[in-house]
Amino acid sequence: MSRYSGIKVFLEGLTGNKGWKPAWREPEPKSHYDVIIIGGGGHGLSTAYYLSKVFGVRNVAVLEKGWLGSGNIGRNTTIIRSNYMLPGNEPFYEFSLKLWEGLEQDFNYNAMVSQRSILNLFHSDPQRDAFVRRANAMILAGADAELADEAQLRRELPFLDFDNARFPIKGGLYQRRGGTVRHDAVAWGYARGADQNGVDIIQNCEVTGFQIENGVCTGVETTKGAISGNKIAVCVAGSSGHVMAKAGMRLPIESHVLQAFVSEGLKPTLPGVITFGAGHFYVSQSDKGGLVFGGDIDGYNSYAQRGNLPVVEDVAEGGMAIMPMIGRARLLRSWGGIMDMSMDGSPFIDKTHIEGLYFNGGWCYGGFKATPASGYCYAHLLAKDEPHPVATEMRLDRFKRGHLIDEKGQGNQPNLH
Amino acid sequence: MIINHPLLGPRDAAEFVYLGDASLIDRPDPNADDAAEAFYEYGYLRDNPAGEHQELWYHEQGDRSWLVVTRNTVTHEITKVEIAREIAKSRGRSR
Repeated sequence: MSRYSGIKVFLEGLTGNKGWKPAWREPEPKSHYDVIIIGGGGHGLSTAYYLSKVFGVRNVAVLEKGWLGSGNIGRNTTIIRSNYMLPGNEPFYEFSLKLWEGLEQDFNYNAMVSQRSILNLFHSDPQRDAFVRRANAMILAGADAELADEAQLRRELPFLDFDNARFPIKGGLYQRRGGTVRHDAVAWGYARGADQNGVDIIQNCEVTGFQIENGVCTGVETTKGAISGNKIAVCVAGSSGHVMAKAGMRLPIESHVLQAFVSEGLKPTLPGVITFGAGHFYVSQSDKGGLVFGGDIDGYNSYAQRGNLPVVEDVAEGGMAIMPMIGRARLLRSWGGIMDMSMDGSPFIDKTHIEGLYFNGGWCYGGFKATPASGYCYAHLLAKDEPHPVATEMRLDRFKRGHLIDEKGQGNQPNLH
Repeated sequence: MIINHPLLGPRDAAEFVYLGDASLIDRPDPNADDAAEAFYEYGYLRDNPAGEHQELWYHEQGDRSWLVVTRNTVTHEITKVEIAREIAKSRGRSR
């Protein structure tokens, strides 16, 4: 086990960079583990990391169908923030943002955590009132929030279309501690940290079924043979419905495709993340210079990891409505990821009715920012069999009990969240 | 995606609004003993298959008909389009 550091980079440079070792092993699965985590994405790897580091559970496997981090951890728009409102959500996301703030030192990996701020624009007086309310909820939960008026934004962001006839910009809600993170490095950092603690990360190993007897889950069938485990932790985001069906469970989730886009590289122009308040559009600028942006999900069930053109047009229109200057920038790439859209727009970190089978999912398109807290709280649940204090509301039975966490008040229509 | 409307021919999917799984046609009996459980499952639980999926689309910017579209969620290929009302009637609903 070697630590990464500036001195190490310097010494390796002097000796021809011959001393770098692979960041994690490629073990074959053992026949039994204390905990088997299904899904080697951001949430699965962070769960393994915190289980082995904080909760002392080290006989752990992470099973990944493809290659490590091949799903949504490498497909999102890299934004971190905790600007939620409801009591079941906001403390959780603020916990996550605090974990982001110490993450690189904690797992000794450069994830390029950049707290460059997030700004939610508002366009009318009623929307300002709603944002003031949200800001107060954030501050009550220990987060930071700051209201900016139009004059301030005109000074800071002169390129915005303030006098747009239909959606004039009247101000915005800043969260200065929000920002962006290099998403692939999050997966790699967590994988390396977990591996160093003894976790087996097994790639190209698809789970094909669960071993369930008398209501108890005792293991999984995989393309690399059967593996038994005391606790089986599903953490597969967009594939949740598909995987849990193998355990005979139906979920309050639909899988939808969300597209994201990046422009050609431009000179530094956007200081932080900016979101449109009258449509759905969010944009930041990567350190390479490309504008990274996205908007609504396509809106129909999909496992295809690619979307259709009407949403491309809609996202481009959203961008043009707030910053017409980007109209001349060329689109370099677009891609899609599969979102586990839940019935109230909020996630689940819970036991199931099958003993030994646990479920983490329903992240909609907000899973990236939640990666550290999702893993921490899931690890807490797996290690102690009780939810972490900030994740007590994220239960699978909340619809039956009537305790929904519906930030937007849209009801049980997943494509509207 | 192009949806081949049974009455109007091929139409752009952007003319439609998507509701979800076509099992929403089969509303549970509110007077049954297990109505609370049945409505919980009806309202909140979904099969969410990777593969063939029957789903409800509303032709909002067209003839305002509800359609049942059979579509593959992995490839987006549409293999069948039917009028939802006819399916509902064939299952014993009045409309």
